[in-house]
Amino acid sequence: MTITVVMVVRLHNLFAVVMLGGIYSLLAATMFVLFDAVDVAFTEAAVGAGVSTVLLLGALALTSREEKDTGKLAVIPLIIVITVGIALIYGTLDMPLYGDPNAPIHVHVAPYYLERGMVETSVPNIVTAVLASYRGFDTLGEVCVVFTAGIGVLMLLSRERLTRRYRGVGGDKR
Amino acid sequence: MNHHLVVRVVSKLLIPFILLFGLYVQFHGDFGPGGGFQAGVIFAAALILYALVFGLDNARKVAPDSAVRVGMATGVLLFGFTGVASLLGGGNYLDYSALSQNPLGGQHLGILLVELGVGITVCSVMIAIFFSFAGRNHRLDKLEE
Amino acid sequence: MEFPGLYDYWIVVALMMAGLYIVIARRNLVKQMVGLGIFQSSVFIFYIAMGKVEGGTAPILTEGATAYSNPLPHVLILTAIVVGVATLALGLALIVRINEAYGTIEEDEIHEKEAQQ
Repeated sequence: MTITVVMVVRLHNLFAVVMLGGIYSLLAATMFVLFDAVDVAFTEAAVGAGVSTVLLLGALALTSREEKDTGKLAVIPLIIVITVGIALIYGTLDMPLYGDPNAPIHVHVAPYYLERGMVETSVPNIVTAVLASYRGFDTLGEVCVVFTAGIGVLMLLSRERLTRRYRGVGGDKR
Repeated sequence: MNHHLVVRVVSKLLIPFILLFGLYVQFHGDFGPGGGFQAGVIFAAALILYALVFGLDNARKVAPDSAVRVGMATGVLLFGFTGVASLLGGGNYLDYSALSQNPLGGQHLGILLVELGVGITVCSVMIAIFFSFAGRNHRLDKLEE
Repeated sequence: MEFPGLYDYWIVVALMMAGLYIVIARRNLVKQMVGLGIFQSSVFIFYIAMGKVEGGTAPILTEGATAYSNPLPHVLILTAIVVGVATLALGLALIVRINEAYGTIEEDEIHEKEAQQ
């Protein structure tokens, strides 16, 4: 997985970069399965490797395929990145160990969902129960965000807008 | 892609199964992995495959722009009105137990409706985004000709 | 994945820094979007790794299983992935418009053309 990412950083052919992005998503999905998150793995495989690769390819077809090679290594960003990385790793030293059942995240509301979820909603898949029932408001918000992003893309790229501009009318009709 | 016979035949075979799998994921999300988000994306992926292989114009006939736009709004409204329905039933907003006489049945109905709303919105948004990207490409080709 | 301890978090940090480097060092807008995606999914992996419980199974209730992984991060990340692709599409749409207006997707060249006007 790390190799894929390093290749993404190095390569200048954007087509290859997008394809490696798809491979990276699939690897992330397998990682999610290892972490017991089957729902998330499912979504990542469908969205990351499928839809977003297609969208990136569509955008490439509309723009250019090659990245311009600047030739020089960017030193200042590299220093910043390494510093931030070291700071973050220092931060992880205080984290609870991987898979520790007594980590703070596992003793708050999660046991309630796991114990009461079946009794209160009769849905065995706790992820679905929490998503749709306990945290319905969250999900409503997320759906609104997706909806708004869709409207934004339609506004930016839709046909009416283009024809109006090519006719030279321009501006919004109010 | 008109000359790729193998691609055409294989995708013709695959698309019904992808759609069926999308429906399974949508309605079986209560019991196994799955739900509205995944099902919407899978459904949209089937249509995107169709558009890639058989051309954008044919795909637009299957899913007209107006229908896609209506679908985007319908999903959100279905979600919102499920909440309003539980308000009318005497509960809190999005408290599905009030939807039916039996709280468990109400929860089940509510989750099903909400997931359906999520699925419709996600599917339509993905299709709309893909169509607008691909459609722009198409038109630019024509302009260059 | 038998490594105990903090190994997973370090992978996450490495991925996140690679994404950050692409975003700030590279001048190509599409590549910056890919870098942003890598950054994003490193955060996803971080959340999911925190939700893992040793010896647990996926949070779908079945008979015979006693320990389950934490379902809460799964829910958050599930929605975040779909929102992520929607925002990615929005960013790409903006890039396409920029390309139509300036004829390039390299940040330097855009700045040059801005300065000329």
